[in-house]
Formats: sequence, C-alpha cells, structure tokens
Amino acid sequence: MENFNYHRPSKVADAVKLMKKAKDGKYLAGGHTLVPTMKQGLATPTDIIDLSGLKNAGVKVGAKSVVIQAGTTHAAVAADKGVRKAIPGLAALAGGIGDPHVRHKGTIGGSLANNDPAADYPAACLALGATIHTNARKIPADKYFTGLFSTALKDDEIITAVEFPIPKKSGYAKFPNPASLYAMVGVYVVQDGKGAARVAVTGAGPGVFRQADMEVALSKSFKADALAGIAVKPRGLNSDIHGSAAYRAHLISVMARRALAAAK
Amino acid sequence: MTGTGVGASVKRKEDQRFITGKGQYTDDINLKDQTYAYFVRSPHAHATIKSINTKKAAAMPGVLGVFTGEHVKEDKIGGLICGWAITSKDGSGMKAGPHPILADGKVRYVGDHVAVVVAETKEQAKAAAALVDVKYAPLAHNVDAAKAMSTKAQVHDVAADNRVYNWSIGDEGNTAAAFKNAAHVTKLDIVNNRLIPNAMEPRAAIGSYDTGMEAYTLYTTSQNPHVARLVISAFHGLCPEHKLRVIAPDVGGGFGSKIFIYAEEVVCVWVSKRVGGRPVKWTAERTESFLADAHGRDHVTKAELATDSSGRITGLRVHTTASMGAYLSTFSSCVPTYLYATLLSGQYNIPNIYAEVDAVYTNTAPVDAYRGAGRPEATYVVERLVETAARELKMDPAEFRRKNFVTQFPHQTPVIMCYDAGDYDASLVKAQEMADVKGFAARKAASAKNGKLRGLGYSAYIEACGIAPSAAIGSLGAGVGLWESAEVRVNPVGSVEILTGSHSHGQGHETTFAQLVSDRLGVDFNNVSVVHGDTDKVQFGMGTYGSRSGAVGMHAISKALDKIEAKAKKVAAAVMEASTDDVEFKNGTFTVKGTDKKMAFGEVALAAYVAHKFNSAEIEPGLKESAFHDPANFVFPAGVHICEVEIDPDTGVTEIANYTCVDDFGNLINPMIVEGQVQGGIVQGIGQALAEGCVYDESSGQLLTGSYMDYRMPRAADVPSFNLGFTCTPCPTNPMGMKGCGEAGAIGSPPAVINAVTDALGIREIAMPATPQVVWNAVQGLKKAAE
Repeated sequence: MENFNYHRPSKVADAVKLMKKAKDGKYLAGGHTLVPTMKQGLATPTDIIDLSGLKNAGVKVGAKSVVIQAGTTHAAVAADKGVRKAIPGLAALAGGIGDPHVRHKGTIGGSLANNDPAADYPAACLALGATIHTNARKIPADKYFTGLFSTALKDDEIITAVEFPIPKKSGYAKFPNPASLYAMVGVYVVQDGKGAARVAVTGAGPGVFRQADMEVALSKSFKADALAGIAVKPRGLNSDIHGSAAYRAHLISVMARRALAAAK
Repeated sequence: MTGTGVGASVKRKEDQRFITGKGQYTDDINLKDQTYAYFVRSPHAHATIKSINTKKAAAMPGVLGVFTGEHVKEDKIGGLICGWAITSKDGSGMKAGPHPILADGKVRYVGDHVAVVVAETKEQAKAAAALVDVKYAPLAHNVDAAKAMSTKAQVHDVAADNRVYNWSIGDEGNTAAAFKNAAHVTKLDIVNNRLIPNAMEPRAAIGSYDTGMEAYTLYTTSQNPHVARLVISAFHGLCPEHKLRVIAPDVGGGFGSKIFIYAEEVVCVWVSKRVGGRPVKWTAERTESFLADAHGRDHVTKAELATDSSGRITGLRVHTTASMGAYLSTFSSCVPTYLYATLLSGQYNIPNIYAEVDAVYTNTAPVDAYRGAGRPEATYVVERLVETAARELKMDPAEFRRKNFVTQFPHQTPVIMCYDAGDYDASLVKAQEMADVKGFAARKAASAKNGKLRGLGYSAYIEACGIAPSAAIGSLGAGVGLWESAEVRVNPVGSVEILTGSHSHGQGHETTFAQLVSDRLGVDFNNVSVVHGDTDKVQFGMGTYGSRSGAVGMHAISKALDKIEAKAKKVAAAVMEASTDDVEFKNGTFTVKGTDKKMAFGEVALAAYVAHKFNSAEIEPGLKESAFHDPANFVFPAGVHICEVEIDPDTGVTEIANYTCVDDFGNLINPMIVEGQVQGGIVQGIGQALAEGCVYDESSGQLLTGSYMDYRMPRAADVPSFNLGFTCTPCPTNPMGMKGCGEAGAIGSPPAVINAVTDALGIREIAMPATPQVVWNAVQGLKKAAE
C-alpha cells in the first residue's frame, strides 16, 4: 500500500473542502472495497477522507418513508425494528450483505457511492425508487446509477442519507457467487402502494438495472405465476468463470420467483 | 488401555498453545538485525528476459541489495532438483529442465521468481521491487496439459515435445488381449482438476549467516527440514551440511505443499551472506501462495474397463497426461507414476492392468504432491469406471464392487503393490447400514416431490501409504530412502523426550506419540514431550507426508522403546540383584519373577544415571536409545464412502445431504484425531468435486483464480455432519497394527460425490468441479434431450 494523507473531518463542509484540496482524494465510508484495492495497489489515493467522523448514522421511520443516514452500517439496518416492520425486504437484504465483518463496518452510503455491480443495496434502491440525499441535492435512484462503479455523484459530493418510500410489499433473493459470495444475480421486487411493480437486478450485468417485462407482468399480478412466459435474454449480461450470461439470465427468473415468495 | 494410552481419544496437547495464539510459526520469529526480502515475479507465462536494470531499485531508501540470476551464477548456487528419476518406456531418462533459484534468461510461468530485493523493511523491499526494470520478450505459451505435446510453445530445450517422460506399468499385451475378449468395455474420459493447496499459514523463510561461526541457519515452513538441509547443502551447494541448521517450527498446514524445496527459502539463506550476515525474512503474501506454491492434480485421462459376461473385471487400461507445470518440483515425477498407477487395481481383483503416462511441461506453476498425491487421481479413475460399468451392466454398483473385491490376502496386483490385509466387504456392509441405503428410494421420492434431484454414489478406495520401503522405492528411481528415525531420551527423573524425524504440521504428533510412550513405559502422558523440526536437535529424519508418521515414524519410536526396555531391564536386574532374564516389565513396573522385588520405571531411570549399583564396564550409564526404521511394505488403508446429494435443478446447486465413510485404518492410536483427519480430508475432496478448480487463462496464461474472490474453497456450511465408522484388520508389518489416515478422506471422496451427482442427474459424466454452472448446464442438456 502506498502512503497517503489521512483525514477525519467532523463536518460535511470540511470533508468537501479537504476533497477539493486533495490531489487524488477518496472518501472512506466503511472501506471494504477501497482498502483491499489500495492493498493490491490498484488504487493509490493521495488523501483518504474518513467520513466516520461525521457521525451520521441512524434510521427514521415516517408514515410514508424510511430515511437511513449514510453512515449507518448494514448490521444496524438489518437489526432496526422500524426498518424490519416498514420494509422487511430491505432489512433482510442488509442482513445478507457480505459477512459479519463487512456488515459491522460497511455503510449504506459507502455501498451506494461505490456502486459495485455485484452489491446488494443498489437493487433495493432502484426497485424501491429511493431518493439519494447528498450535501448538494436529492437524486432519484432512476437517475443515480449510471454504470459500472459509476454514479451521478460529483467527485466531492457526499451522500448524507437515503430515503426509501414504504412499499406495500417487497422482497429480495440473491444467488451468491460461489467464491466471493457477492451477488452473481440479485433481484429485488417491489409492489408499491398503488399496486405497481418495480423489479431491479444486480450482479448479472455491468450495473444494476430494471427488468421491464417483469414489471409489466407483476403490475398485473404480483405472483410468481405472472413470470411464467418471460424469458430473460442473456445479451449484455456478464459472463465469467463462475457463470455464463445464459446461466445468469436464467437465474434472474429463478431469483425473481424466490424474491416474490419472500416478499412481505 | 489407560486414559491417555493407545486407543484413547485424548485431547490434543498442542491445541492450548495454538488456540491461544502462542504457536511459534516462522513469521512469528524475528531475529536481531533482520531484513526483508521481496521477490520480483514474472508477469508473463513465457518470455525471454532481455535485460534487468536494478539501478533505480537499488537506490531506493532502505535497500541493501537487489539480486538476480547473475549473482546466483557468480556464487555457483545450484538449481532446484527433482529427487525421483523416472525412466521412459524406451529406456531414456526424464527430461529435467534447469530450475534456477532466480531466473536465468527466461521465465516460464506467471509468478516465476526473477529477482529479489532485500531491504530494511518489508514495505521498502516491496516498493523497490516495483522499480526493478525487467524487459521481457514474450514467447508462445501453453497452459493446457492436453495440448502440451502438440503446441508450438516449448517450455524447456531438453524436452522437444514438452514431454518429461513416457512411462508405463503393467503388461500391455495381456491387457490388450483382455479387452479383445471382453464381453463389455466401459470407456471414460476423465479430467482430474488442478488444485491450489491453500495451507492456512503461507510459506515463509528466514535465512541467516553467522559470520563468526561461518554457518547458516534457515527457519522455514517445511514438512521435512532434514531433507531441506540435505538438498540445500548437496545440490544447491551452499555449504556442507554441518554448516547449515534448518528449523521448521510450528507449521500451519502443508497438505504436501511444504514438502518441497522452494526457490524463496534457498534465496533467503543464500543472500543473507550477501548482506553481511543479516537475517533475511520472507513471508508469502496470499497472492504469492496462489501463484507460486506447488499445485496439485491436473491429469487428463482416457480410461477403459473390460468385463466378462458374468460381470467380473478382466482388464483396466489407462492413458494419462499429467501436467508437471513449468519445472519439475522436488517429488513431482513420482506422483503420476508410482504414487498413481500402482493403485489402479483399487480394491478389486483385476488380472490385467496397463497404464501409460505422459508427463508434460506447461507454462503454469509446478505441480507436485497434494494430499493423497496420485492416489486420489487413481481412485477417481477406478471408482468412476467401476460405477459407470455397473450402471451399464445394469448391476447394483455395490454388488458389482462386491463381486470383484479382493478377498484373499496377501494379494499381489499386476501393478507392483502387494496388499497385506483387509476386509473390504466388512466396510461396505457397515457403510451401507450407516448410510441407510435401503431408505434411499423413499428419500429420492421425497426430494422429487420438492422438485429436487437426489442421487447416491459409492467410492471404495484403497491407498498405499506409510511410504515407504527404501530398497523398493530405490529400485523405482527414488533418490532417497524413506525410513524414519527416533531417539528416546529418558531423563533421570523418568520423564521422556522423543526426538523424531517426523514433522507435525497439524497432525497432533505431540499427543499421539506421547500416547504410545505413555502406554509402553507406563510414564504419565504429561511427562512425555516431543522434539521435532530442528536439524541441530534431531538426528536425520525424512519428515511427514504420505500418511507415514504413524506407520513409519511411530514404528521407529517403538523400536527405540524396545531398546529402552531392554536396557532398563539390565539396570533393574543389577539393582535388584537378579538375572536379566527374570526381570519382567509391565504397567511401568519392573518385577523379578518369583519374588516381591519391584522397581518403578522412574527409579530404574534414576539408577541408570546414578550408576552406583552396576558395573559400568558391563552396562553403560544413562538411558537413551535411538532407532532407524525402514518399513517392510507400504500400509494399505481402505474403506467405503457413500455420498448422497440433493440437486436443485433451478440453480444447479448441489447439496451434500448425507455423507458416510467407513475406514479400515487398522488399530487407532487416538480415534478423535483420526476422525479429524478423515473429516478434513472429506471436506477437501468435496471441495475438489464441487468447488475448487485452478483456472489459467488460455490466451494470456494468467492465473484467473488468483484469490479467494475467484478460487472457491469449501466452507463449513457446505457440509453436513459426517457419519464416520471404522472396521479393523490390523496391519501385519508394524507392531501397532496401524495404517495411515492422513490422506484417505481426500482420496476416497471425490468419486463418491461425482457418482452421486451423475446418479441424481441420470447422466454418465460430469466435469469436476461440478459447480452450480456446470450442473445447470447438464440439466439444460437433459431438458434438450427430452424435447
């Protein structure tokens, strides 16, 4: 690992200032992707700006939405009684991220800012139609995820919270990569208050995406049977030593059915 | 049997120190003025080195030296060797390419050792290593064993077609005749997937040169420190043996991968003198373990089994292409030959066997012995063939095996081995009962109701371990003898130290060896200690691998204990004023026949050292004896595995639903430790069958499975609680009647799992590792066939 300057500001504005000043700065919000990449020499930032000093962890459950502060760990979301009641699918997803070490260190803000194509949270955000709050603005999930490890965030922009509308029902199922246990295919299904369905897929492609055919079918009937005629096309999906695009395409249907079965 | 004697499941002595972090592994040791080494490794699968510029690296802070193959030549340090000479069918010797400790003009696999930087800190060494400027001219490469003899990529000048040897065993003509006359022939193409060992402790070494004593010390992660000393002294030519001390302290797992002498440890001890005698430490990063530990398996085989009209096996014929990787590692050549083809008779009476093996170079890490070494590959061939033949003949796979079992002992196979004792049917019967084979049909129907596919597979393995009779292996090309040594030192107060040439790296020798001594001498278990792993303390020894520390290592201890008992009887006789012939020894007490005279073992030990009560001209003072033991034969553990799987056809995930294993290891010293060995071995075998596979990218030659993000190790959640059982036919060639248990689990399990998977899917063949993707592909194939 190369040497770097370490900062731990206590105010968002100071964090942004530090980032603007840094030659090649990186925000640290858990570090379960950043630190291993630095160890391998794949990332060599000049400055690390640790956001844990902002102390913005916590969950607020309102009548229509759940707001999770960016610094909240996955373990805290999984254990939060309010989240478990309002959006049980989201709590279950958080409880299945990585392993206990990751869940107690990794944060929702860090996960969404990194936008790993195999991360779990992006599927929940996109399917639930979450809004990403930053120090500068509010970004709807549909405009936030822009591709492989890329988002609508500007270089110095910091996620402060994520707001999830409370759906009627939602659920998540993932098929873990046999080696890394990241999602090889993860599907989050949502039925919103008006009965409309949203389906988001992570792991299978270069970034999280919505599955339009399934959304149409599930908006009519939010049941596994509704998916019967839908064949997901492998085109554009990932293919590697763990799974071909055709296999991933098939798993999207299987995981969608399992997510529906789990939906609460 | 006492509470801590032979046969008792005594808790392991060593675990207190291991689980409280008090183990002393090589990386835990820090010497005064220690420096750190970092290796520059090849990023190419095959390339000529045009130039190496070390100027920038040498000028970096903290750097004490940057060394390359040029320095190796200056100091005339010899290359790494392969210690077993295999002779080809045509009488020619094996084609061993040079294997310098730092590259000499060429690199031959990704990770090949090119140069080393020594610096004050590890970080400084690593930073400087990144600045060593190596100019490569890439050459054509090949990573595939099956293509090695037809590729344009020639790995070594000495092997024109990349063939190290073309070796055969058995009678080709008689076997051909058996196939000609066969009523049925079963044919299989088999790939035994390449594995990366992944010991928990990465390899490490500290080399130091004492300028005052003009002597070297090497701390290293070795399963056989004396062999390391012998090779570094005699073949690398560093110094005479008495000027080199090799210490292998606590070692955190080896599975074979720490038998071999590696470039890094030789470099550390060599360059120490170059940096003025300061100790040089190297600890492998996990990436280096993936790239540069010797890998295992990697066989491509065509196999055939001939049967007559009654379902009796009449012949077996095999051709195997075995990848050796880019260089011949220390014992690599014997793995796909004498440790493999000699086991192709399995548990069966097979009158005609012929096997031919082409060992080939590829642009990959060297391949050598890995838990089971050759025997898992042989068992996989035999047990896949037997299972498939039974299915083709519409016979019950268990009955087909039973019909062909060897039942008379000793049994001479057509491929060298002479099985000494066994009762294969006893293990099969017991395993079938424990696995509730009768209830399988009902369980299969229940699975089907849930949309799952259930299958059951057998594997009846045999292996030859406790290697090995020195004269026998010498006649087959081995460069060393494989006896073992022991010294028993009884202290004046009656406590005992055992100095053994065996080396524990997870096996629990400190416990089991103490059990043997406690049992034999009646000494408290806690008053016995085991000394191993230091060439300055222990007489020469051959180390631990091939499940040999029980059958061979403990036999040597047993012989030394015989001598201790004989000597102690003389002392006791003198003290008790009796004839030695009248002295009896039982339960730690010497008695004189027909009298009430008695002495405890400790009293006799003290008397031996005080030496007042006997004539020192007739009886030497002291109580210390040693023995070297060369075994009369291999030992032959055998058993039956029954695996039951449940497959989810939607995802291709295979779950191990039940796993039963019944082993005949002869008599057991510590059943708890034996069960632990079996459990670990089975998990490794399940890993090979369903999860683990080393993948090199064909086009770039890069290792794709170079971290745990891509190399899929088995996990605790993958396996159920195993049903383990034992049968016992004592081994006739050692006084303990014991066989070996260290590798059996990994040997027997892969075919049991794959036989279960193919049974569940109703197909003939499936590749290992049968990952979810592979199984799902097979399911799609079935769907297509049904359409």
